[in-house]
Amino acid sequence: MLKQEDGKWLLSAPVADEDVMQLKAGERVFISGKIYTGRDAAHKRLIEALNRGEASPFDLQGQIIYYVGPSPTKPGQAIGACGPTTSYRMDAYAPLLIEKGLKVMIGKGMRAQTVKDAMTKHKAAYLAATGGAGALLAKAVKEARVIAYDDLGPEAIRELVVENLPAIVINDVFGADLYEMGVKAYRLAV
Amino acid sequence: MAIREIDTSLLRDAIASMAVEINHTLPADVERALIDAKSREVSPQGLQVLDELIENAGIAKEGVFPLCQDTGFAVVFLEVGQDVHFLGANLKEAIEEGIRKGYKEGYLRKSICHPFTRKNTSDNTPAVIHTEIVPGDRVKLTLVAKGGGSENMSRVTMLAPSDGWEGVKRFVVKRAEEAGSNPCPPIIVGVGIGGTFEKAALLAKKALLRNVGEPSADPEVARMEQELFEAINALGVGPQGLGGRVTALGVLVEMMPCHIASLPVAVNIQCHSARHKSVVI
Repeated sequence: MLKQEDGKWLLSAPVADEDVMQLKAGERVFISGKIYTGRDAAHKRLIEALNRGEASPFDLQGQIIYYVGPSPTKPGQAIGACGPTTSYRMDAYAPLLIEKGLKVMIGKGMRAQTVKDAMTKHKAAYLAATGGAGALLAKAVKEARVIAYDDLGPEAIRELVVENLPAIVINDVFGADLYEMGVKAYRLAV
Repeated sequence: MAIREIDTSLLRDAIASMAVEINHTLPADVERALIDAKSREVSPQGLQVLDELIENAGIAKEGVFPLCQDTGFAVVFLEVGQDVHFLGANLKEAIEEGIRKGYKEGYLRKSICHPFTRKNTSDNTPAVIHTEIVPGDRVKLTLVAKGGGSENMSRVTMLAPSDGWEGVKRFVVKRAEEAGSNPCPPIIVGVGIGGTFEKAALLAKKALLRNVGEPSADPEVARMEQELFEAINALGVGPQGLGGRVTALGVLVEMMPCHIASLPVAVNIQCHSARHKSVVI
């Protein structure tokens, strides 16, 4: 669900096609509610399970995945530091997840053309959170629990409950790429 | 000169406490560089990112959350005085015990795994340890917590001597451009020029131990640093790659002679979370 409140875009799962259509590259978005974590090893295992015809440990339809491997949770805290990891390592896996209904990915760094094409075709968006702001982003996480692949430690799939997790739209369904736009706007002739 | 005996448990304990400290406290030079960068940045998105990173450093300093969830590969530089005799557990074991202790008790992420099975070693060891024997009876111990995202963007190349400075500059600037948003800019760029294939990489990593904003003492190298700094910041990548003038907080170059056939160059990219500290025992 996507709504605008006091000029701020507020996003929560489940995300519909028409929500994604409104997310334009460069927009700041605040995410609340349930989202799922997954990075390298979890993606590999998830895709292998899907390819064997098994179900995903969580319903992918309309879902938001955050590429993160948090640091261990201290007693009394919801989570450890939890900034985004670099997204290109998930490029090999992302198109299948998008095809299966995944709507939003949160990470940092550039995506492959195959992922951008899948986003355009199946209506999904790629957002970035601030890389290296793991302590600041931890404040937006209210609950965290491992729901699959516990043996992967920091790479296990977690269900997070977040409140106003800040992100910015990098790739939208219209093919715009904020990273390319940014460089174009600020590059100096040398 | 008399032999000085040092029990390796001192190194173990120093490593354990440094592991926790560096993951919660941004070095003063880096924090200053982030604040100074605000005066150079013109992009609103870039300024917002710089503010977030300064705020993040403030939160981490309270000691509850580390600066970044990637608490790094433990890279240790040891400068051992030749008049030192170590007692107790063997040196490597003592250092790795310090890593185990610091990463466990400090709730730091264990990020080291088998290259193919990807099975985590679960205690953030082994460490990468570089040892150098130097004059004197002291031990200088440096711990770096090196993040994977920026390390992945690093490269070594063997240029031809005819490529010269222009070739080196092209390679370094192109690396920062291609790395783009991936290594969490603003970055610090460590450059090693000369030596051999592996020495260039080591020089690049050692360059990253220097203070950001302090040019090399060698005027020739300082000029190179300035030229690379200007060229990288003209790329437009900006904080987090969202566009802007602050792509790099600093460029640090180390140079040494090389073979008459070679011109080795290494670029070690460091994210803004440049976590390292040294102690002398």
